[in-house]
Amino acid sequence: MTSNAFVIPASAAGALRHHPLVVRYAPIVTIVLALIAIWYIAAVMMNLSLVRGGFEREETPYAVSELIAGTMSAERPLLPAPHQVIAAFVDSVFGYAPTAPRSLVYHSTVTLSATLLGFVLGALFGIGLALMIVHSRVLEKSLLPWIICSQMVPILALAPIFIVVLGAIGLQGLLPKSIISAYLCFFPITIGMVKGFTAPDPMQLDLMRTWSATPRQVLAKLRWPAAVPYLFASLKVAITISLIGAIVAELPTGAEAGIGARLLAGSYYGQTIQIWAALLASAILASGLIGLVDLTERGVARQMGIRP
Amino acid sequence: MALHMPKSLKPDTPGATLRPRGRESFVAPIEAVRMDKTADATAESGSMPQRLAIDVRNVSLTFETADGKVDALSNVSLQVADGEFVSFIGPSGCGKTTMLRVIADLQQPTAGTLLVNGMSAEQARLARRYGYVFQAPALFPWRTIEKNLRLPLEVMGFSDSEQRRRAARYLALVNLTGFERKFPWQLSGGMQQRVSIARALSFDPALLLMDEPFGALDEIVRDHLNEQLLQLWDKTGKTVLFVTHSIPEAVFLSSKIVVMSPRPGRIIDIIDCDFPRDRTLEIRETPEFLKIAQRVRFGLRAGHSYDE
Repeated sequence: MTSNAFVIPASAAGALRHHPLVVRYAPIVTIVLALIAIWYIAAVMMNLSLVRGGFEREETPYAVSELIAGTMSAERPLLPAPHQVIAAFVDSVFGYAPTAPRSLVYHSTVTLSATLLGFVLGALFGIGLALMIVHSRVLEKSLLPWIICSQMVPILALAPIFIVVLGAIGLQGLLPKSIISAYLCFFPITIGMVKGFTAPDPMQLDLMRTWSATPRQVLAKLRWPAAVPYLFASLKVAITISLIGAIVAELPTGAEAGIGARLLAGSYYGQTIQIWAALLASAILASGLIGLVDLTERGVARQMGIRP
Repeated sequence: MALHMPKSLKPDTPGATLRPRGRESFVAPIEAVRMDKTADATAESGSMPQRLAIDVRNVSLTFETADGKVDALSNVSLQVADGEFVSFIGPSGCGKTTMLRVIADLQQPTAGTLLVNGMSAEQARLARRYGYVFQAPALFPWRTIEKNLRLPLEVMGFSDSEQRRRAARYLALVNLTGFERKFPWQLSGGMQQRVSIARALSFDPALLLMDEPFGALDEIVRDHLNEQLLQLWDKTGKTVLFVTHSIPEAVFLSSKIVVMSPRPGRIIDIIDCDFPRDRTLEIRETPEFLKIAQRVRFGLRAGHSYDE
């Protein structure tokens, strides 16, 4: 019994090491902690001259500890410390009514609605293009170069043109932003779905031919289901791009609401903390959206009997 | 004179119930002919009055490749009567698969004429006159076994109740009752190939085209499936065209063996193989069996030496 007393903690530590939660989350927690540590060090180093300059201007003597504390609590730091960002984030999410213009929830909802509408438009457009490309060699030859060209023009240059042109024909608010977002996100879907629609095995296509299936039946019963894995892979890429598209669309237009507007206002007034809080919100939004696509994919995969 | 002597043949085949009404008429006289050795010479010469399932006359098929023309089929002629089991054997590149694909209208010959059930290959395909079994099962992985079986029936517009009835019947025929809700990956290779055979039979075509269906399976499973296939042929009275690499398989299964040779792909020998339709694996030990196998091997070797 007494000799075992020393053994038990060791085996308990071993058990902890192999605990499923530890196995699953230890790597990611380690990475996050390391990043936060690097962030703090960077914050100190980047804000050091700023804070030192402040002290020297006021000609007050300062200790090193005061200096370091100062780098983490500056009002407009070059790089805000993580806790400042989180405090600002929490304050702007929970500190105001969800409809207040200072609430991040309000701005996120504005961007989210443009993102989702843009995503749906882009997905439909992208799948439609892929269908045309797969079914016609002529269309493949004539469309594909334009599709690729469309993605080479910087969206920041195009966005104001879009807004102005669409505004001239009476489209304002949500739709122009969604169209810019769709313009960005259709591309990976088209590329992915062209690959997906041509994914069926030649033997499976031959089989459909031996049954003299119509092109519509081949599409519905073979090409579509075979393309589903490709669809979800491209949807995951597309949904983050459509979020970026929605944010970018808010930048050049001087939009009053949305994460992009928040970023813009932050940079006008040097509110770096506000910028970072908005970035954090968009990161959370993006992971939420990807998670949603992922969840849908899993549900569909289970339905389709994909090998676990 | 001896033509209509049933000899040792059972008065009624055990699976006669499986045979659709209206097709027996083509089966019975052929069985009698096959049973009678003296009648074979006349049957082979093509002077028999019964309907031809396949009538290939002087068919050639030339592929254009990067390094010149390849004669996949060169001036091939072959007549197959209704209800026959014809094996195609020969080394790789001899055109046996091409032969099947041409009959199935998956490829078009560059010269010659080809009749399937008295119509052109394309008409026969559009009329869904044949079932094709490929080298691999080519099941649709997102469909359950039952849904896979129902796929051709869906394509052909069978009613829902008829689809269900046929799926159950043909799954039972290949001894896979109880696997309806499984997905293809949950079945062994042999079982999957049985599903693909059931799928080819599900719409009850008069002609079954099988392209090395058991090539990827081990010897024991292959023997077992060979026996099952023979029973099936005996029960249903279908015409079967069967591509294989294996001499014993060809001799065991066939009523007629077509030996082919590569470069250019051509027929070098057609051997009649007149074992009773309800033969068992034991016949492989008999001198008659070995004699035919030897003739096939001789033919194959002659084809090879021509090439070297």
